[in-house]
Amino acid sequence: MQNKKYKIQNKQKKAFTGGAATAEALRQINPDVMPVYPITPQTPIVEAFAKMKADGKVDTEIVTVESEHSAISMAVGASAAGARTVTATSSQGLALMNEILYIASGMRLPITMIISSRALSAPINIHGDHSDVMGARDTGWIQLFCEDVQEVYDNTLIGMKLAEKTELPVMVIMDGFITSHSVEVLEILSDKSVKKFIGEFKPDRNLLDIKNPLTFGPLGLPDSYFEFKIDQEDAIVEAKKKYLEITKEFKKFSGRSYDLFEKYQTDDAEYIVIVAGSTAGTGKNVVDKLRKKGQKVGLLKIKLFRPFPYEEISRSLRKSKSVAVLDRALSFGSVPPLYSEIVNALHSSSATCDLSSYVYGLGGRDIFNANIEKVFTDLINGKIHKKTEYLNANK
Amino acid sequence: MKFNKDTFEIIFFARAGQGAKSAAEILAQAALAEGKYIQAFPYYGPERSGAPTKTYVRLSNHPIRTHEPIVDPDLVVVLDETLLKTEAVTNNITEGESIIVNTRKSNEEIKKILPLGFSGNLKTINATALALDTTGQTLPNSVILGKIAQITEIVSLDSLQKKFREIFEEKLGKEMTYKNILAIEKGYDSL
Repeated sequence: MQNKKYKIQNKQKKAFTGGAATAEALRQINPDVMPVYPITPQTPIVEAFAKMKADGKVDTEIVTVESEHSAISMAVGASAAGARTVTATSSQGLALMNEILYIASGMRLPITMIISSRALSAPINIHGDHSDVMGARDTGWIQLFCEDVQEVYDNTLIGMKLAEKTELPVMVIMDGFITSHSVEVLEILSDKSVKKFIGEFKPDRNLLDIKNPLTFGPLGLPDSYFEFKIDQEDAIVEAKKKYLEITKEFKKFSGRSYDLFEKYQTDDAEYIVIVAGSTAGTGKNVVDKLRKKGQKVGLLKIKLFRPFPYEEISRSLRKSKSVAVLDRALSFGSVPPLYSEIVNALHSSSATCDLSSYVYGLGGRDIFNANIEKVFTDLINGKIHKKTEYLNANK
Repeated sequence: MKFNKDTFEIIFFARAGQGAKSAAEILAQAALAEGKYIQAFPYYGPERSGAPTKTYVRLSNHPIRTHEPIVDPDLVVVLDETLLKTEAVTNNITEGESIIVNTRKSNEEIKKILPLGFSGNLKTINATALALDTTGQTLPNSVILGKIAQITEIVSLDSLQKKFREIFEEKLGKEMTYKNILAIEKGYDSL
């Protein structure tokens, strides 16, 4: 693909883990401040980035603090001061940040946070699982899920730009270990392209602008708090449009398209599986296998989880007979989180498909092709699980 | 055994600290340099020195999308023979597929430890001793890489050595890098 304005350069293919891919993207961005808690459950992102700093490849201010609560608090301060700010965490670390996550989004601070999603204690477990990020789904942060190392790199760039355009914080989410520690092939953009795509960070307002003194995070009493929250809600819903503008521009640089979600063989599919994260890749192989046997199956991969693209997803499910939603988290006493969103999406549409709920992979439990094939077989045979079915669990 | 199927899958069984993860990465990087698609990932994640580890490698002519653990490998590499008794290392290794075992023992002795009816090829190599001779250290991974190239021909000896130099010269220094490159060759030339 050639374009006068943006020329796609020779693509450089390298082997990177998800963690190293993030660090590489951050090296190219060269953010101003990175406050981090550097100990478990931290990921190799910070280790790799700290080395880049030590080698003089970036001039980011890396501040190691005593807890994740402090890391995100400092990110709030840095971002309010007008610095391009990034941090990374996972599992208990994200849970510990919870209080400040609301403050970051309420203050409309464009912080980018890279998360290797992992399980929450107890029992102690830091393997791949979506419980941590699902626990943060109502904090007002934009959430972007990644399937593989390439998407981690791309979404780090897209996510940072999206944060700055929407004035909302963004979580870029990869599967802990499965993607964060897996070496895969990565196509890297040139440093120049990244700089051009990301642009300079010029916040409209900042704390250190002494000519225009402002108050950040003030008291909002019953006469104004309500309106603040409505504005915040409008802003995150609006982020969908901005995401599409940014990914369209990203395509000009990279040649890779990013939609609100990915449709894999869903156009004529009667049976569809919906899933987020690395398991989507495994699922696509299963779709190919069943398609070869003549089954009309497809897969819908979640990318943007917050804001959730309800109408667009329900439109894509209209022609299907039945749909299975695969969650990697529980919502205790309720239905699993992704399933719940799909129920909502279908409720407000004319789609009439049956809906099944499955939970898989908690605490890093393996998920095999055979497990996903079983889900499709259930759909094809009309076995619908309204009550959540557990995949590859001894229950 | 040649690189003739869609995706070639390898499992390394080792103890943390033996360099299985590095070996897997060098192998993947070398294959990438030859234009293949690759994936390499550890099973246990955080390593505790001496704990049993499993590392997976996939090499393919096509993009690799799956993230499931490898269940039906084409090659198994065992860096520590004590794992033969505790891990199911021969699972799904059948005719035409190989298992490489780093051991001082002979082929016959190891065969007795493997399950009855094992139909794959057993290749034993005293990689630890060869490594000690060449590098002065007991890390068997460089020698094993050479052995993998010899048996499978999935990557060339040249690519492995080049990649090793590229990745490790800065860290290990010229002399140690040269010794390790020699160790790879020793593995490649071993019987």
